[in-house]
Amino acid sequence: MTDLPTSRIDLKAVLSGSSAAAAKDDHSEGMSYLESVPRRLVTLYLPLSIIVIVLLFPFYWMALTAIKPDEQLLDLNTYNPFWTWNPTFKHIHKLLFESYYPLWLWNTMYVAVASTILSIIASVLAAYAIVRLRYRGAQWVGGLIFLSYLVPPSILFIPLATVVFQYGLFDTPFALILTYPTILIPFSTWLLMGYFKTIPFELEECALIDGASRWQILTKIVLPLAIPGLISAFIFCFTLCWNEFIYALTFLTSVQNKTVPVAIVNEFVDGDVYRWGSLMAGALSGSLPLVILYAFFVEHYVSAMTGAVKE
Amino acid sequence: MVDIALEPKAARRPIREATRWDLLRANRNWLGFWFMLPAMAFLILFLAYPLGLGVWISFTDARIGRPGHFIGTENYEWLWDDSIFWLSVFNTLLYTTIASAIKFAIGLYLALLLNENMPFKAMLRALVLIPFIVPTVLSALAFWWIFDSQFSIISWSLKQMGLITENINFLGDVTWARICVIFANIWRGVPFVAITLLAGLQTVSPSLYEAATLDGATSWQRFRFITYPLLTPIIAVVMTFSVLFTFTDFQLIWAMTRGGPVNATHLMATLSYQRAIIGGTLGEGAAISNAMIPFLLAAIMVSWFGLQRRKWQQGENND
Repeated sequence: MTDLPTSRIDLKAVLSGSSAAAAKDDHSEGMSYLESVPRRLVTLYLPLSIIVIVLLFPFYWMALTAIKPDEQLLDLNTYNPFWTWNPTFKHIHKLLFESYYPLWLWNTMYVAVASTILSIIASVLAAYAIVRLRYRGAQWVGGLIFLSYLVPPSILFIPLATVVFQYGLFDTPFALILTYPTILIPFSTWLLMGYFKTIPFELEECALIDGASRWQILTKIVLPLAIPGLISAFIFCFTLCWNEFIYALTFLTSVQNKTVPVAIVNEFVDGDVYRWGSLMAGALSGSLPLVILYAFFVEHYVSAMTGAVKE
Repeated sequence: MVDIALEPKAARRPIREATRWDLLRANRNWLGFWFMLPAMAFLILFLAYPLGLGVWISFTDARIGRPGHFIGTENYEWLWDDSIFWLSVFNTLLYTTIASAIKFAIGLYLALLLNENMPFKAMLRALVLIPFIVPTVLSALAFWWIFDSQFSIISWSLKQMGLITENINFLGDVTWARICVIFANIWRGVPFVAITLLAGLQTVSPSLYEAATLDGATSWQRFRFITYPLLTPIIAVVMTFSVLFTFTDFQLIWAMTRGGPVNATHLMATLSYQRAIIGGTLGEGAAISNAMIPFLLAAIMVSWFGLQRRKWQQGENND
């Protein structure tokens, strides 16, 4: 719960450097020049490519299945299963125009954005108070928030279902918008606490002397400086919402209200032997928004991940 | 003289007593309270309260749509004699132990590989993380298709290579089903472990390795006596998270096997969902999910002592 020796993790370096951050400090160059090319081929490139291929194969398979014609999907002997020369958009068309898919996508987006915004607002205030106001018991509250991060949804969904029912939220998007923050707030508070700690408090002292209120300090000084942290927290929370399954499965019952992951698992799985194409099309298009988001914000993802662990 | 001495006193405004309103606005404890309010409201209403409620429900015979009556520890006694429950406990422990151990081994290995200097490094690292980004359920569906009993690409490839003659019934056979869900879990967890450990690896200075090499250390010794000790703190944290989330896993199993065949892949989370939401016996389901709490506490304790040890190793105080 404190700063690790790793707290000076250079985020650019996590993605592109090798020990560059540490090497800069003592001007050492590493020893990779000692290794010959054939040796590197066996010890580095071979295992690495095997792992990467295994990690990415399911996506390739997903995409390929989504564009293969049905007869090729089920006949592995006539056609080479690893490639197709006549792709079809039938499955994707079926998904987009003959199901509620656009609606599910909208539900997921709406729930994810709303609960992310709610959680970020709550966590910014909480993190600032814990780090900078240092009210009595702030350390304890920080510890409690960390503990609540460790409470998994799998032990909460049964009582939460009854709570949601009592509040009259069952089968509405609000059931998710209000319960997702319990997963997101602990994480993003913890992440933002780390960011706020790095902002020099001399800046705040100056502002206090100039007569700024705490609210003004937060909105005019701290937040603009913590924008990278806010982006990290935002996209990571968004991903967590998109990924959430058990609450959405339990709290939503009508087909139109479902989120993408739940809907695809429940609505496309029928006895039909030809379901695979549209099932994979659904899985692919449910993942694409996140992958695109990820492509733009790789560094922020990594900082959110390592940030959550290092604190 | 007297006038001059008195005059400033008269001119000065009497100092106002701090009112309650001022206290609420400026006192740091009150300010802290106002700032914490939204987060605390969420966490108390939707986390702490349900957590307590869950314990209460497990002592009642509540069903869906009907509030229960207190029945003492009957649910737990019932579970004690329930062989399916014990099977799910066994499955959960098996799943968690094997998946976490392999995730750790492959994750660390991958982190070491990615830490090397090579072309397209940044792109490789970004690609490796993709399984972690994509919603678990959706990638589980892809695995469901890959492990299909008739059209599995793995069966097909093995048959082409002449290694097997019949399709493997991946998700229909007890042992194979367990192997498949564990594999899918490892597949999803490795990127997280690898990237976080990679972040830790980059703080290890290369000069330590240079010094060790000059002293004649082999590459295994360099790993064992430099890399591993320096990484221990971050490994402790990463593995605690990994164990916690594997132990309480639900979505992967639900999308791939729904606990089948013959309950061989039922974890405690999926069993409690099945009993509570599908079967309607909320009390029993809550008892099953509460049975996870001791295990989770044990994992948290390990994490806590890991952190303590790290603090002690680094000789840092808490800030």
